[in-house]
Amino acid sequence: MTSVLSVLFAAGFLASGPVQTALLVGGGAAVVSAAVGVFTVIRGQSFAGHALADISSAGGALSFLIGLNPMLGFLGMAAIGAGGMELVGVRRMRGRDLATGVVFGVGLALAALFLYLDTTSTSTTGATVTVMFGSMFAIAPATALYAAAAGLVALVVVATFYRPLLLSSVNEELAAVQGVRVGLMGLLYSLVLALAVSLSAITVGAVLSTALLIGPAATALRVAKRPGPATLLAAGIGLAATWLGILLAYDSYTWTPGHGWPVSFFIVALVMAAYLLARPATAGRAAALPLDPGRAGTGA
Amino acid sequence: MTVRQGPPQAAVAPALTVAAVSVRLGGREILRNVDFALGPGEFTGLIGSNGAGKTTLLRTILGFQSPTRGTVQVAGGSGARRRGPVGYVPQKIHLDPDLPMRARDLVALGLDGNRLGLPLPSPANRRLVEEMLTAVDAQAFADERVGHLSGGEQQRVLIAHALIRRPSLLLLDEPLANLDVRSASEVVGVLARLAREHRIAVLLSAHDMNPLLEVMDRVIYLADGRAAVGSVDEVVRGDVLSELYGHHVDVIRVHGRILVVVAPADHTGDPSEHAALVPPEPRSPR
Repeated sequence: MTSVLSVLFAAGFLASGPVQTALLVGGGAAVVSAAVGVFTVIRGQSFAGHALADISSAGGALSFLIGLNPMLGFLGMAAIGAGGMELVGVRRMRGRDLATGVVFGVGLALAALFLYLDTTSTSTTGATVTVMFGSMFAIAPATALYAAAAGLVALVVVATFYRPLLLSSVNEELAAVQGVRVGLMGLLYSLVLALAVSLSAITVGAVLSTALLIGPAATALRVAKRPGPATLLAAGIGLAATWLGILLAYDSYTWTPGHGWPVSFFIVALVMAAYLLARPATAGRAAALPLDPGRAGTGA
Repeated sequence: MTVRQGPPQAAVAPALTVAAVSVRLGGREILRNVDFALGPGEFTGLIGSNGAGKTTLLRTILGFQSPTRGTVQVAGGSGARRRGPVGYVPQKIHLDPDLPMRARDLVALGLDGNRLGLPLPSPANRRLVEEMLTAVDAQAFADERVGHLSGGEQQRVLIAHALIRRPSLLLLDEPLANLDVRSASEVVGVLARLAREHRIAVLLSAHDMNPLLEVMDRVIYLADGRAAVGSVDEVVRGDVLSELYGHHVDVIRVHGRILVVVAPADHTGDPSEHAALVPPEPRSPR
């Protein structure tokens, strides 16, 4: 009982080096993912965001094989994937969905190959779980440094291009007529998406990084009516879920003595809980609408 | 045909000059020798069926599309850059109900959507947004999410977004499509008032001219990429439109509405007859 209390009162919790790293890198990844995720949701590209995460897992897996820092592996592959998707320029929704579906299959297949080689030709048996589901309490100092740089770049780009990115995410023609370089905005968005996805990949893992990208943003969009507050709320939800998830995972070592529960599970569960909590708040408002005018004419 | 170059104030510099513009896309001539000028405050309907070239003409005026021949000049442009600011309301904008943006936020983005850095609270900007919301009768729903508004309300918000930088030219691509009669007449009323009171030249594309009959100063009738320009009475006539379409057209006026009936093409006829339906080379009067 005393050990549980001491954990809740964070005596051993905050003193632990791995926990400190997890709080900093995990928190940063959550904030960046949530802020970028707001644009992903507005653009209606959640599927592409998830596909990118899966593609990046191939880079993470490759990095174990060739001894590269995993952050660089995830980021390299995510950047190639994001740049590729943007340059191919599949503008139409359906075409984009199909192209994305095919490409992310290839990404996962590569990940399967590299992970297989990881486990057979090297001794890194934990690679699969680390790449796919993260290992928040085992982030190397070098990785944390790369993560800090990546997070900083992403936040600076989002803050600098906030309005043009927002307008071109709402409608590219409206942006173009104001002189916004829509193509450049697409590339910048791809860049920050790649950064966000690889940051989340080293914390909650490549497969679960979508949860941090989409979950907080989707929740915030239901609650907040304005873009700025929605972005801040998304960042807050992501940060709270991550920190609380880390605390619960740390606590879980005392629930089942000898081994804890994966931190990724707690974070994603908390994000989901926030999303479900936000639904009733908006369900009444949605029901009061006579007819959805936006979707009525665009069903095709 | 004789083209009336605008209402009495034709001496004033035109808000828009489209001079002998042709556009060829993928081997097809989308616009052929289109020629007109709009004066300040003039309300012009760009009328034609789907595929007549309306959107291409608007995109060419915006500079999204380069003309193969001819020039486009917008008032306010100078030197090599012939285009001043243009307000534009694109066709079929989908605003998701979950979009975290109030009507006033979208209007504000019309003012500073291309600026770098985070938006700081600005009383001057807020006042401009308020003025535009008033100008389009949108104060009542200014704090609603844009995605929750009706089609007509969204159009008015988009008009405010397009006009907040005070361009002298406003282009709208099929803004009345999918609107019920009452919403359409509200949108048209707002546009007519803006044209009159703020001296904005309005060019609005539509496949049906009837909602515009009372407010239109002029009509640009497009068929197969060619344009007939003038007042409704000058252009919407059987002889003029028959010549434009290259085959027989009836114009029927009934209950204050105008119906344009194009004689059905003879799909079973011999190839030479069918070929004649493709408009011939531009003729002298045009």
